[in-house]
Amino acid sequence: MRYAILLLGAPYSRQASHSALRFARALVARGHGLEGVFFYHDGVHNAARLAAPPQDEPHLVDGWKALNREQGVPLQVCIAAALRRGLLDEREAARHGKQGHSVEPPFELTGLGQLVDLGLRCDRLVTFGP
Amino acid sequence: MSEESTRENVADLLVILRHGPHGSSWLREGLDAALVAAAFGRQVSLLFMGEAVTALVRGQQAGALGQKGTAATLEMLAMYDIDTLLVEAEALARFGLAEQDLMLPVNRLDAESLPRLPAEHRLVLTF
Repeated sequence: MRYAILLLGAPYSRQASHSALRFARALVARGHGLEGVFFYHDGVHNAARLAAPPQDEPHLVDGWKALNREQGVPLQVCIAAALRRGLLDEREAARHGKQGHSVEPPFELTGLGQLVDLGLRCDRLVTFGP
Repeated sequence: MSEESTRENVADLLVILRHGPHGSSWLREGLDAALVAAAFGRQVSLLFMGEAVTALVRGQQAGALGQKGTAATLEMLAMYDIDTLLVEAEALARFGLAEQDLMLPVNRLDAESLPRLPAEHRLVLTF
């Protein structure tokens, strides 16, 4: 089955991100297709390049990156929700005159149209929220 | 294309709104998803449940926090051809709201007809 994930919860404040990442891994282990993860609302914080959790806790940002590296799952972040919350890639940082950037590939800033496309294209869109 | 999506009475997207217009960004971000989908030519229905029905109350202002509120967005729905506005009747009653209190014409749905809605849409997003 073709799945997609919509993640709305902030990392570490809520269980949503941990559950979403575990669900993503379980899908792959069962042989399902995961066509994309879309980060919206407070879920955009999962793309924070500078996240530095204690070493004895799961590193969610690295977890998503590994999922992309190993399975090629696109990691799409709503650009409007991200910019409001201080999550900018290099291009947006330059455009807004900010020093430094807080989002890097494989996370990509994109529009909500991608979420709708993803949801309609897949058999199941599973939402993880607070 | 699946059998379900070719059925005539199945619309593209149902956006379920469950939060009030102030105090969090849930409602605004849910409406944004609906507007974007409609702008891309998708057929969108909105369902206001629980506290979200208060977003439809007439005469709302942005308030003191400098946030935009959602009334202006709701006024734009018609422009985006979003005209299926569904409202949980029980929530209206709970908040003491009658239809003349609302800024837009809506379809009231009783509890029994709510469960049918997800099956009538190809995609459901809940905010």
